[in-house]
Amino acid sequence: MDGKKSARKRPSKLRDNIVYALVWLACFAPLVWLAWRGVNGDLGANPIEKLIRQLGVWGLRLLLVGLAITPAARIFKQPRLVRFRRTVGLFAFSYIVLHLFSYVGVDLFFDFNQLWKDILKRPFITLGMGAFALLIPLAVTSTNGWILRLGRASWQRLHWLIYLIAPLGVAHYYLLVKADHRPPLIYAAVFTVLMGWRIWDKVRSRA
Amino acid sequence: MLIRNAPDLTENEVTHHGLYLRRREFLGATAGLGLTGLAGATSAASLTYAKGFSTTEKATSKEDVTSYNNFYEFGVDKGDPAQNAGRLKTRPWTVRIDGECEAPRTVDIDSLIKGAKLEERIYRMRCVEGWSMVIPWVGFPLKDLIASVKPTSKAKYVAFETLVRPSEMSGQAWNTLDWPYREGLRIDEATHPLTLMAVGLYGDALPNQNGAPLRLVVPWKYGFKGGKSIVRITLTDKQPATAWNRLAPREYGFYSNVNPAVDHPRWSQATERRIGEFRRRETLPFNGYGEYVADLYRGMDLKKNF
Repeated sequence: MDGKKSARKRPSKLRDNIVYALVWLACFAPLVWLAWRGVNGDLGANPIEKLIRQLGVWGLRLLLVGLAITPAARIFKQPRLVRFRRTVGLFAFSYIVLHLFSYVGVDLFFDFNQLWKDILKRPFITLGMGAFALLIPLAVTSTNGWILRLGRASWQRLHWLIYLIAPLGVAHYYLLVKADHRPPLIYAAVFTVLMGWRIWDKVRSRA
Repeated sequence: MLIRNAPDLTENEVTHHGLYLRRREFLGATAGLGLTGLAGATSAASLTYAKGFSTTEKATSKEDVTSYNNFYEFGVDKGDPAQNAGRLKTRPWTVRIDGECEAPRTVDIDSLIKGAKLEERIYRMRCVEGWSMVIPWVGFPLKDLIASVKPTSKAKYVAFETLVRPSEMSGQAWNTLDWPYREGLRIDEATHPLTLMAVGLYGDALPNQNGAPLRLVVPWKYGFKGGKSIVRITLTDKQPATAWNRLAPREYGFYSNVNPAVDHPRWSQATERRIGEFRRRETLPFNGYGEYVADLYRGMDLKKNF
């Protein structure tokens, strides 16, 4: 993969920083937009539900964007894209933390008794909480220090958890829907394509 | 974010006990008052009506009542009906009332409204999804309409059918539900004085997104029991199939009475968020109308007949 790297001209520091800033802005934009609509009372008649749903959906979208980076880097021959996996992944984690906080803190108003009942009794909440619990070690070990401490190989293995977390997130969404399953199925399809590419890539590189 | 204070008193706390004991008389009297509504001509925009049985709770804003709707015929998002229902033409409109009765008829909506004893009923509405509103409907008791077709002794149930018109109902392009939307009641539920056929909201004709020109309102049941844009009402001897029950029988029963003790399989029904309020509130059995309707279900296991 790195064979041609030296032959390629390294992009300028400025261009690097601009691209980095754009990725940050893109990841931040939905949150700013949501906050703006919230402040202006533009989240509809049931703003709390809207907030929870939107934060969750953006968390899931960013998880899938994170999973799309490696295939995109390979397909478009832009290996440096890979460094954005951490940024996007941490943003996904942040949206999911806010999603969970808005459910526990705003919707349930810290009624931990009710939260515990929900986790035990509601499969969609069980799956969502499971996915969140699995995300925590990935967020914690996202730093360079942790990569060194764990060693590249075990760090990589740990982060394969994302292949479990993303479908849990999709299932969490699917189980919540009353009748129109198209939106969660779109996320399921995107995840399937991204996994399909990985399998195809593995098979091809072995052949 | 809009935060309003909820009234601390429930309806039965502000209702004088003597009045409560005479409630059936009271309901009869308000129906009588409705006769005054006959005097005024009914225009499409504003309706003439009497004041009927109502909760004293603060009504949900008209903006929220008309912009946050579940009406899958126009799309599955809460905002879709307000956005897409404008295309629906509600005139001319006829309603067929038939089945187990001596005098089946097809009636034009305007003559139906003109001939009805219209009254305003401010009811709580509890959605199966865990939110609620307080809505000032204008309508007439369904029992009046049923009486007009002279039901036979075989009329044990009432089936309601919503319009199917994909050219004007964009959500019907997709089979999220098996169109037409069907709902049903037992005959004693249908002829209960609280059961309303609504033709108006906030004093004006019903907006399309709220089920124009004619919709069912059964305040002690989850909101989805209230079929919208109704074109046919059929008296039957068998329990009719209903839309949500057919989609997910484990989740949506035929009765679907509001019941905090019986959870939806996927979420709790113990609490609800009143639209416009911040904190969740306790959900009341029969949506707080138990004193009027609990008798209908005496001896029934409400966990089984959910």
